[in-house]
Amino acid sequence: MEFFILLGIPLLGGLVLALTGHTRRAAEYNAIFSLLTLIAAGVLTTHIVNRGPQLFFQEQFFVDPLNVFLVALTALVGFTTSLFSRPYMRIEHDHGRLTVGRLRLYHSMFQMFMFTMLLALTTNNMGILWVAMEAATLTTVLLVSLYRTTASLEAAWKYFILCGVGIAQALFGTILLYFAAEKVLGHEGGALLWTHLNAVKGTLEPTVMSLAFVFLLVGYGTKVGLVPLHNWLPDAHAEGPTPVSAVLSGLLLNVALYAVVRCKVLADGALHSNLAGLLMMGFGLLSVVVAALFLSRQKDIKRMFAYSSIEHMGIVTFAFGMGGPVASFAGLLHMTVHSLTKSAIFFAVGHATQKSGTQLMEHIRGLLKISPTIGWGLMLGTLAILGMPPFGVFASEFLILTTAMKQQPWATPFLLAALGVAFAAIFGKVQPMVFGESNLPTLPHRPAMLPVFVHLALVLMLGLWIPPYLAGWYQQAARFIG
Amino acid sequence: MSSYYGQIINLLAAVLLLLSFAMLGQRRILSLINLFMAQGAVLCASTAIVALTTGQKHLYWSALITLVLKVLLLPAILHRLIRRLNVKWDIETLINIPTTMLIGIVLVIFSFNLALPISELAGTVTRSTLGIAMAAVMLAFLMMITRSKAVPQVIGFLSMENGLFFAATSATYGMPMVVELGIALDVLVGMVILGVFFFQIREQFDSLDIRNLEQLKED
Repeated sequence: MEFFILLGIPLLGGLVLALTGHTRRAAEYNAIFSLLTLIAAGVLTTHIVNRGPQLFFQEQFFVDPLNVFLVALTALVGFTTSLFSRPYMRIEHDHGRLTVGRLRLYHSMFQMFMFTMLLALTTNNMGILWVAMEAATLTTVLLVSLYRTTASLEAAWKYFILCGVGIAQALFGTILLYFAAEKVLGHEGGALLWTHLNAVKGTLEPTVMSLAFVFLLVGYGTKVGLVPLHNWLPDAHAEGPTPVSAVLSGLLLNVALYAVVRCKVLADGALHSNLAGLLMMGFGLLSVVVAALFLSRQKDIKRMFAYSSIEHMGIVTFAFGMGGPVASFAGLLHMTVHSLTKSAIFFAVGHATQKSGTQLMEHIRGLLKISPTIGWGLMLGTLAILGMPPFGVFASEFLILTTAMKQQPWATPFLLAALGVAFAAIFGKVQPMVFGESNLPTLPHRPAMLPVFVHLALVLMLGLWIPPYLAGWYQQAARFIG
Repeated sequence: MSSYYGQIINLLAAVLLLLSFAMLGQRRILSLINLFMAQGAVLCASTAIVALTTGQKHLYWSALITLVLKVLLLPAILHRLIRRLNVKWDIETLINIPTTMLIGIVLVIFSFNLALPISELAGTVTRSTLGIAMAAVMLAFLMMITRSKAVPQVIGFLSMENGLFFAATSATYGMPMVVELGIALDVLVGMVILGVFFFQIREQFDSLDIRNLEQLKED
């Protein structure tokens, strides 16, 4: 029951806010719906932890340790983002960048976006997974172009066309997957249900499965932002409103990567070779290196952190590509800490850019002086994302690097060099923004900095001490990925 | 009897490929929409015939969805859009048309080769058409790359969806119903969003030439 409540709340929220999203209290409604989703996710999580994997509604939905942890993370970041967006969007409105009608669009689409992501995470049907991923693109296209500036329209168009074409490849992959599966499972036997596929994965035709996996990886990989399919990502992150950047970076990329991992489990079982792992390691490593090189050339702060997201997604893809219990554990941990840290950074960046009235880094100066909380939030977030101990990103990157040294020693120098370059680039640019002199005005609404520090505290905790039940949960999920 | 049906499906597949080439070479936007409509009709007919041959009930529904969505609804929306937007008739291509055609032929050969090992595994009456379906997807992709205006790009996108549907029917007798419904919904919603989008782009740039959209790049 709690499962349907989980999916129903954001859907209902999307409809209610489509009608009431322009009213003065819309931001509060948005936060309340997100809080209810979080509570439902929490209840569902405790059920799954206690009772193990479960199927719902004629096997159409499947919740296991792997996706329930992403469901909880998605609901948590969705809630904190709604808290952050309350003052943020009001300030944007006061600055005259948004009309009331667009605020309604924003609130409604935010909830619909949460719905599509939760649907993509919990569905057992590989076809519905595709439908939900495409729907997630559609709900965010109009959010990216919310400001209706030339740059935001261009970003949204690019996002729509590139992700549309990418996801069409994934549909072809899904068709091939179904083609391979119906040989074994027949037409009626739910040949697209992941649990059924997983049960017979050893007997699926290897040639078809390898082709299917290539198409699925390219398709969903476009949404993960893997190089060379990443072109839409920096634009969409930089030109959309900051809460949208936070959920795109913190959540959507995770969901897309989750889809890739589900496909990899099937491909591994069918192929009896490491093709899937090798492809993922290749794409992952290329993303890490290319993104790190692009970081130092950025002038726009949101663009820079978008490239940092590509880099981190590359690291996670690489970790899942290596496989094995330790690497998969580290990959899951890295997904968690990256989404918490990156959304925290975007929250801080959002208020920093509102204060300075620009996203160009050379004009943002002295944040610590005018607003210590924003300054510290950005500084600590940056240190966390760069992998400084004692934050959680350090722990996961350390695990990934040490596993790489053992299993794929050739890759370690590339990873280390890329991490070093990324550190120099990002730290060198954030440092003068935080310290230094400034005389910027104060904002009309008090910024919501609580989400930033809650996220960073969680990341810090994960770096120092992973609660035993959470660790057990990661291990279960990692065993599952193999 | 079923061999006749097989022949008809092969014929329809050939027509589908021809229509893809015709779209690739078409300069006028109105004709492009009509060609897209014809492609939808061929897709609908072939799905219905596969349904007739194999007795797969859900394929009739699939054919019906194709008819409503791709023959009636989407072309109507597109016609309405270009009337409201008052788009110019001629489309410029980025590469000239004979060259595009030659690239198209290469793509078809490539697709046939790629589909060959899979076609041999397929037990369906329509297995020889998988290569054509893949070729149609590739040609639509090529059309998206070579056109500089927003509307033809979208028609290319929709035509790619047609090719994918054809692949689904020819290789597997169609996807499960719930998935097809979901895909149809996504396409429809996507189309509506694009319609909104066209107006925004036009308002901002006074034209639908997407070469205007080249401000964002790495320097």
